Amino acid sequence: MTAILDRIGAWFLNVSLVIGELALFTGQVLRATARPRLDRFETWRNLHKVGVRSLGIVAITAFFAGAITVVQVGAYVVKLRAYEVVGWGFGFSVFREIGPLLIGLMFSGRVGANTTAELGTMQVTEQVDALRALAIDPIDYLVMPRILAMVVMMGLLYVIGSVFAIVGGISTAYGLINVDPYVFWNSFTEYVQLGDFLNGLYKSIAFGLQIGIVSCAFGMNVSGGAPGVGRAVNASVVASAAGIFVVDFFLTYVLG
Amino acid sequence: MMGILRQVWQQTTSTIRVGQQTLHYTLRARWHWPTINQQMFLIGNKSLVFTILTLGFLGAIMSLQAGFQALRIIGDTSLIGQQMLPLLVRQLGPTLVGLMVATRVGTGIAAEIGSMVVTEQVDALRMCNAPPVDYLVKPRFIACVLMLPVLTIFGIASAFLAGMAIAATVFNTNPAVFANTDFVNLLDLIEGMTKALAFGIVIPIIAGASGLDARGGSQGVGDATTRAVVNSSLAVIVLDFVIGGLAFLVRV
Repeated sequence: MTAILDRIGAWFLNVSLVIGELALFTGQVLRATARPRLDRFETWRNLHKVGVRSLGIVAITAFFAGAITVVQVGAYVVKLRAYEVVGWGFGFSVFREIGPLLIGLMFSGRVGANTTAELGTMQVTEQVDALRALAIDPIDYLVMPRILAMVVMMGLLYVIGSVFAIVGGISTAYGLINVDPYVFWNSFTEYVQLGDFLNGLYKSIAFGLQIGIVSCAFGMNVSGGAPGVGRAVNASVVASAAGIFVVDFFLTYVLG
Repeated sequence: MMGILRQVWQQTTSTIRVGQQTLHYTLRARWHWPTINQQMFLIGNKSLVFTILTLGFLGAIMSLQAGFQALRIIGDTSLIGQQMLPLLVRQLGPTLVGLMVATRVGTGIAAEIGSMVVTEQVDALRMCNAPPVDYLVKPRFIACVLMLPVLTIFGIASAFLAGMAIAATVFNTNPAVFANTDFVNLLDLIEGMTKALAFGIVIPIIAGASGLDARGGSQGVGDATTRAVVNSSLAVIVLDFVIGGLAFLVRV
């Protein structure tokens, strides 16, 4: 009996520790946002690394997200013989939910994991301490450019990803359920509204912010050599993925 | 551009090689059950809370989206349960459980094996005539194949219950009306479980291959972990499309 209580207590303390670290870190980030002092070179470097180098993986993910959605919508469409609504069903689910969710999870795997690994390596090789010794605030110099890059680039990648999702949707609709691209496009433009697209855009930007804070916090709090970096990357992607669902839920509730 | 292609080629060939070896050892070599049980505990039980939490939120999100649409178009939310369940069983359930396992277990496998590679423990294994794929990847592979369908069932149940709770609290839908399983048929179930099984096969192989390819200290372990989660998530999404498409053709 006490062993079980022991385990629950240890688990609870562990979770509290993580939440406390994240909260403190968010506080530091907010304080740094109030007096922005971005290093221009570091910011550009991160914008390039986060955005340009994730483009391929996001494009592929978005293409398949569109294709998968059409496959699933297609089951209803064929059963009901309602070929003219496939564009609507596709646009609605991809823009609002599937697109941001899959792009966000991919982004968290690609960029979030990479950021934690990079910052963690700098932490265990004492490069962060070296920065402090040079009177450079690691939050200003390392963390802020990364978070900014993730917020900006997640929004932009969602916009570009949407194009690839539409391409994936149209080609799957044509190849698998024989829906003419014009029919698809007409029902898409007729029923899908700007609000659906913006809804996904807001979600993506929120995901970017959440992934940025979580991955940087886990990276800066690494201890214990190379295995420590591996564990931190693992914990970081798990926390980002769980965070994506939580943020998604509340945004869906608020935005409607 | 050539650099990226070469990287993709290298990762593909090494994954295929590890996959071949894993299958070979799984079929030919002895199964060491204590290790497999331990891995099943680490992969199954330890991911259960995470899976139930994330899939629960997914179910809540689906219920909200479907409910808002139903209210706007037909003004009646009694159908959201029966419309949501087939989609959950055949696609979103297995795929998101797969992505969560790729995230949690895939990175774990890559980080663990990668750390062993850079600290030369894998070389020590080779020296003891214990092939790393047989000793490290095989138990994780067997455990993952067995555990992914189980996690998927728990995940779908969690998502459906969370959706029911949201429908009951936000849209005042009677849970008894929500829990309508008429629209799920055997094919949906087969499609969902096939996906879960396929994800269970590819995730440990991809993660194991990335871990074994780790080079050069903590940076290398970090890179291997990133590679594991990106490649296995991508594999999950592509397999979802392929199996979903095949099931669609069977259904039509």
